[in-house]
Amino acid sequence: MNAVSEPILSIQNLNKTFADGFQALKNINLEIQKGEIIALLGPNGAGKTTLISTICGIVQATSGKVTVAGYDITRDYRKTRSIIGLVPQELTTESFETVWNTLVFSRGLFGKKANSAHIEKVLKALSLWDKKDNMLMTLSGGMKRRVLIAKALSHEPAVLFLDEPTAGVDVSLRKDMWKIVQELKGDGVTIILTTHYIEEAEEIADRVGVINAGEIILVEDKTELMSKLGKKQVSLDLCDPLATIPQSLAGYSLELSENKDQLTYTFDSSGDRTGITSLLDDLKAADIYFRDLNTTQSSLEDIFVNLVEESS
Amino acid sequence: MNFYAVMAIYKFEMARTRRTLVQSIVAPVISTSLYFIVFGAAIGSRITEVGGVSYGAFIVPGLIMLNLLMHSISNASFGIYFPKFIGTVYEVLSAPVSTVEVVLGYVGAAATKSIILGLIILATATLFIPLRIEHPLIMLLFIFLTSITFSLLGFILGIWADNFEKLSVVPSLIITPLVFLGGSFYSTDMLPPFWQSVTLFNPVLYLVSGLRWSFYEISEVNVLVSLVCITGFMLLCFSVVLYMFRTGYKLRT
Repeated sequence: MNAVSEPILSIQNLNKTFADGFQALKNINLEIQKGEIIALLGPNGAGKTTLISTICGIVQATSGKVTVAGYDITRDYRKTRSIIGLVPQELTTESFETVWNTLVFSRGLFGKKANSAHIEKVLKALSLWDKKDNMLMTLSGGMKRRVLIAKALSHEPAVLFLDEPTAGVDVSLRKDMWKIVQELKGDGVTIILTTHYIEEAEEIADRVGVINAGEIILVEDKTELMSKLGKKQVSLDLCDPLATIPQSLAGYSLELSENKDQLTYTFDSSGDRTGITSLLDDLKAADIYFRDLNTTQSSLEDIFVNLVEESS
Repeated sequence: MNFYAVMAIYKFEMARTRRTLVQSIVAPVISTSLYFIVFGAAIGSRITEVGGVSYGAFIVPGLIMLNLLMHSISNASFGIYFPKFIGTVYEVLSAPVSTVEVVLGYVGAAATKSIILGLIILATATLFIPLRIEHPLIMLLFIFLTSITFSLLGFILGIWADNFEKLSVVPSLIITPLVFLGGSFYSTDMLPPFWQSVTLFNPVLYLVSGLRWSFYEISEVNVLVSLVCITGFMLLCFSVVLYMFRTGYKLRT
């Protein structure tokens, strides 16, 4: 049915307008290849959860087409939904069920025959094995988050949606989650995650999509995105404050700090010439001396903020 | 057919009953026993017979029907409303299941609980009064159809309701009065002619009458009319559920 090169998830001209007239998704087009991790970044209300919910069948699309492994999500919903696992944003669990029973329920619901060995494997992978007989209401928030991931993995999905999987969890657990995601990638699972934590996308994603006001602003390989849009800066702590930047340095894009004791030079690190050597020469020629020097590179967060501001 | 999904939902719902055994089984049995004591012993001592049957025996079909209606509605409505309320319904909505499979799971479990309860009420009744059942298969058919139909109605209610108050409105403000005014505890012959005619518009009369016929071969309306009514109402409820799922009414945005 599928050619090898066919994307595992294809979204074409997807639109969603709610009953109150609010357009949550505007002509979304996106293709995701098998086995990749894509992070969808966007501010609150950007449409990330609506997009995921539409693909999973919780929200009805107004127009457009979505296929998963070549199957249409509306016509072939049984096929597509059995391929997909969803970890929702909210910690929604049945309070009085045990961890084991809730996974058995999820596996059955998604049409899979009972398989204790698989449930055991998932629970152990998520460090939940010793909690298997605990009622869900007795678990901490972080443990409940793991249970939601375990439920989504209980039916062995090929595509996993993680809607803000590390929202509200501590740093240690967040790093555990990243490790789990990398292991799932190793097993060939395609992962689409939404997040507010830029460092999360920076750490684990292969590609980054930025969504704002229902539109995908860009989708780019993470490394390429950072090298394309990332800026590098040199900051110089001056020995003596400067009243103004001398005319001889006007050719450089320099910024003088408010208290006049720091100069910042922004440059393109991917260019053949950065201009740093000549800047240092010209500073010396202008009798401007500095005590310290440090370089910084813009993070994905800076890039994200710039993109959202530009699109607004 | 996603048989595993049907069984998963069914078992999940039945497990909830096991966790709430006192509320699900013990409480209705105690309240039914109280009905027998109050209606059967206290009032029954003043009303010797109705239609050739002792008053205590006469009210048994009505008591069974009261429990079937109330518990079918509350079991099924709670079964779908609670996942909506706490948000776990996302899992059912994103699962590879059809409307029929969801209904089989939720409504099947709710109806099973009601049928078990109905039979327990019947067994409880035998502790208080001697009973005869002329047509046990017809009795089982009425219990089965009523449980399925009102579980479907409860399922509709659970989808429609967006707060706990709405969830209790239909059982307490509509079903309870209909049961009490539908000849559960009296024969419509005891009413003035005008109110006898009014009672004919009460759908519960047809259910109680049909069930009572299966016990004692006495009825207010023809038993076939009762069967046609309950079957018709069941099909109507199922059609409404299909419509709700097809349009995503209060389930999918």
